[in-house]
Amino acid sequence: MPLLEIKNLSVTFDTRSGPFRAVEGFDLAIEPAEVVAIVGESGSGKSVAMLAVMGLLPASATVTADRLAFEGHDMLAMSPRERRKIIGRDIAMIFQEPIASLNPCFTVGFQIKEMLRRHTGLDREARQKRAVELLGMVGIAEPERRLRAFPHQLSGGMSQRVMIAMATSCNPKLLIADEPTTALDVTIQAQILELLSDLQRDENMALVLITHDMGVVAETAERVIVQYAGKQVERQGVRELFRSPHHPYTAALLAALPDRARGARLPSIPGMVPGQGDRPAGCLFNPRCPYADDKCRAVPPPVQPALGAALCHYPLNTAVEALS
Amino acid sequence: MTALITAEHLQRDYEVARGPFSGSATLRAVADATFTVEEGTTLAIVGESGCGKSTLARLLTMIEPPSGGALTIDGRDVTAGRHEDLRALRSTVQIVFQNPYGSLNPRHKIGAILEEPLKINTALSAAGRRERALGMLAEVGLRPEHYDRYPHMFSGGQRQRIAIARALMLEPKILVLDEPVSALDVSIQAQILNLLADLQEKRGLTYVFISHALAVVRHVADNVMVMYLGRGVEIAPSETLFSAPRHPYTQALLAATPIADPERRGRRTRLGGELPSPFNPPPGCPFHPRCPFANERCRTERPELKLYGETRAACHGVEENRIPAPAAPPLDATVSAV
Repeated sequence: MPLLEIKNLSVTFDTRSGPFRAVEGFDLAIEPAEVVAIVGESGSGKSVAMLAVMGLLPASATVTADRLAFEGHDMLAMSPRERRKIIGRDIAMIFQEPIASLNPCFTVGFQIKEMLRRHTGLDREARQKRAVELLGMVGIAEPERRLRAFPHQLSGGMSQRVMIAMATSCNPKLLIADEPTTALDVTIQAQILELLSDLQRDENMALVLITHDMGVVAETAERVIVQYAGKQVERQGVRELFRSPHHPYTAALLAALPDRARGARLPSIPGMVPGQGDRPAGCLFNPRCPYADDKCRAVPPPVQPALGAALCHYPLNTAVEALS
Repeated sequence: MTALITAEHLQRDYEVARGPFSGSATLRAVADATFTVEEGTTLAIVGESGCGKSTLARLLTMIEPPSGGALTIDGRDVTAGRHEDLRALRSTVQIVFQNPYGSLNPRHKIGAILEEPLKINTALSAAGRRERALGMLAEVGLRPEHYDRYPHMFSGGQRQRIAIARALMLEPKILVLDEPVSALDVSIQAQILNLLADLQEKRGLTYVFISHALAVVRHVADNVMVMYLGRGVEIAPSETLFSAPRHPYTQALLAATPIADPERRGRRTRLGGELPSPFNPPPGCPFHPRCPFANERCRTERPELKLYGETRAACHGVEENRIPAPAAPPLDATVSAV
């Protein structure tokens, strides 16, 4: 049984200019201790899908799904009260801006211990002990002293460690990390990614990593979901995805990386991600796709189950091509 | 080849108040930067936040005067601060900032944004200014109808094109690019990098490219300077720096950068600790608390930049030949055929 199972999740926002479908047909099944990355550019709906799971979307959002289950319990049928017992304890989330995610009015110790008070039966003394232990575990020196620090007294890397300590305080079975290292420097990013991988391995924690950085994906994930304009355009294992991407968008995204390019000019993708008002008919990627023809401009593409679930009429790197 | 920018032991201090009851402290944002930039080439400045790279950009663009050292741009001495020199240099050097959402005035139309530098610095007529602005829009890949629009009607990538167009209005020789693509998505980033390469080729521009993204730097730079705590610790031609990094900090920076290639995954040596406070930098080599090769000399004596082959590095370990070369050539993704 998958730890988290999502089938056909859609999120629609009520906006002044009418309903806007930010996420459509999102599928995900994650097993315990697995690392799945969701990749996409801004506006692809990668964060919104996960915020919907956490129940953190504003009231203007309508969430529908054929199935949204955690350990077999249907989260859509649950009362908010029951749901809150799972959220934070079994599923935790960390965000891109660690400094903005902490409450500036309280010490980090108070905020970590608040999690423990809410979700565990530990007494005051045990909570203090556990908080010290958690800060030590995420690699903060002098944890007792740091518990008394306010968020503004910490650097970005330290704040993200505190967020991770807080998120993992109740030994969650699933951690959702939304661009956890985007705001951090590379040496600190490497430390945080290593910490997340260690936690995942040692505590058997499943990890959903939302990112736009293909380097981070290549170093940490086992499976990858590529999002484009609210839809999943490809799902593959990380090695297969980098070796033979099936969707033209994935291929173009990989080719546009300066790490992989050779020569003076990068193979760029023309145009930009379509927004609310200008989603094209047919395939969403057709205006930017070098392979698009009339069929792509008129007919929404099918899912190619054998080829990384690519959402495309003409997937790339099919078996015949790969052999030649 | 002539050196368009020459900086020697450049310094910039700030007096910072440290609360109501303590006196002010001196923060040395740029402590020692020595480099030259040849005409028509790109010098990349790399380092983590707080290393002084953006302060250096403010010195090069004369937003702030240096506190010490010597800076010569286009044959004119900036440190002397003579009024007519600075005035001439301000149209020679222009800057593009990181955040295209913050650097364009939301109340001005694109046309007005592009023409403002001309209004102040040239005697062109309104029609002449308009013509130049429209020409520049076309050059950066925007359309004439964008002239009458406001910044909020553009995406991040288009705004960065506008910022580049504005910087080029006075036909500068030098463009300082302060993290020009870090706020952009990958597909847009490639478009902007290509535009910058086209403009450099066409106009013979000299770039000072400030970035923390090593993959981008490798793609654009001719020479790279790595900064740590306000000091240039290694300067080398790009190929040399990426294939044979000498300074342990450069090696660590390269090792920490994720490579977009799952086949090359593996645990590498990670750098521990964080950047020390610039208020009281460690004695000796500023990198020694995080350096795996530090010894007694590193803790007491500050290393000077010295030439080793094509590389200049400030490291006792390199001088004493006790820094091993990194195991694998860093940052080399195998390119799959697509």
